[in-house]
Amino acid sequence: MNITLEIWRQKDAKSKGKFVIYKLNDVSEEMSFLEMLDFLNNTLISKGESPVAFDHDCREGICGSCGLYINGWAHGPAHLTTTCELRMTKFKDGDKITIEPWRSKAFPVIKDLIVDRSVFDKIMQAGGFISANSGAAPEANSIPIPKDNADAAFDAAVCIGCGACVAACKNSSAMLFVSAKISQFALLPQGKTEAKERARKMVAKMDEVGFGNCTNTGSCETRCPKGLKLTHIAKMNREFITAKIVAEKST
Amino acid sequence: MGNSTFHLASITKKVIMALVGLFLVMFLLVHLGLNFTVLILEGDREIFNKAAHFMGTNLIVKIVEVGLFGFLIVHIIVGIVLQLQNWGARPKRYKKRATTQLSFFSRYMIHTGALIFIFLIIHFSDFYFKAKFTDLVPLITYDGKEYHDLGLLTLQKFKMGGFVIGYIIAFILLGFHLNHAFQSAFQSMGWNHSRYMPFIKKVGLVISILIPLGFTIIPLVIYFSEAYSV
Repeated sequence: MNITLEIWRQKDAKSKGKFVIYKLNDVSEEMSFLEMLDFLNNTLISKGESPVAFDHDCREGICGSCGLYINGWAHGPAHLTTTCELRMTKFKDGDKITIEPWRSKAFPVIKDLIVDRSVFDKIMQAGGFISANSGAAPEANSIPIPKDNADAAFDAAVCIGCGACVAACKNSSAMLFVSAKISQFALLPQGKTEAKERARKMVAKMDEVGFGNCTNTGSCETRCPKGLKLTHIAKMNREFITAKIVAEKST
Repeated sequence: MGNSTFHLASITKKVIMALVGLFLVMFLLVHLGLNFTVLILEGDREIFNKAAHFMGTNLIVKIVEVGLFGFLIVHIIVGIVLQLQNWGARPKRYKKRATTQLSFFSRYMIHTGALIFIFLIIHFSDFYFKAKFTDLVPLITYDGKEYHDLGLLTLQKFKMGGFVIGYIIAFILLGFHLNHAFQSAFQSMGWNHSRYMPFIKKVGLVISILIPLGFTIIPLVIYFSEAYSV
């Protein structure tokens, strides 16, 4: 098929950036979306032009690197897929495809379609962990965990930190990401020890780095490639509210 | 309040919006109940006027009224702060945007809110401020005691077509606002529970329809019925 691509090109973080139109012929519908971009880049390189920079790594939907805003959709028009899992079968001959980077004050563009998502790491560093003594790994079955809780924690832990929730949210809010990370620990006994402190610290960092507030619109839930639900945000809110209420006066 | 509101945690602001909003919903129900008494014409609108008098003079109601105004202002200020932060969180907009969401009206809370605020200003200057601070409200005597005839004022207003249309539009907007607000308040407070949330969402939907319907039936009955000629 022949397609027209409208792609955001930006030389570096400081440049202004603009959309550039590329005509791409002989695209196979068996290509993945990223293979189509590889194909585009090959043609650009052979013409001596600079290739389009985009983030990617595993290309199997688990690393969370490859977020692109495609035709108005975070990760493209398919549901429960990352950009790398998107196939060109979703498009047809003659289509114009607009590709933009995630847009958020907290995710500045580094180059073309690549954004800096390191604020997610900062949020994780603020509390997205459990403290454990080093040494031999403890026997896994010594702490009984109800199956339902283990499953629910796993459902939260499937978050790959791709940032689609931020990209899709009209407020550029990161609450679905942060709540998934808080939930995955809060549901397990190992995470309970620091649960309240974790909610407080991670939310504080999330606010500090410039994400918007949640308006319970639910765009994040509809665009999350891993199907995370707003119930995680409610859980985070519960954790945060109790943390605030029971917290001792700081000295 | 403005600057410190900016620095409250995002979830704290959402919880404030939720709690204050739910209080305002309760107030709406009380107000609606009182409004229905204006349809009772016996004794020259005595029940409505006496109820309005009670609401204007009773000490406990007056204390709650201060809280009500305070909460309304808090709801507006925190709402505006949240919106400003949300707009600021995406300085560069998308060129192409397809929208999906679970709650459509959440996209227009600031807009419906702003229009409802304009309605409130008109509403207050028509009734509340007029009764509190001016002599423009006609008086009526029941059992030798004088009362503001707010009932007459209401009937007069509801006989004016333009006013009735504006009033109905305002309440349709309020319905849109409530449609998102009620269930969203529970989500913000962390009460999204698999067993109760479907019920809460249904209650929210019913409230967002019944409250505007209740408020708008009154002017429609008054406008179209000969019985309410003044």
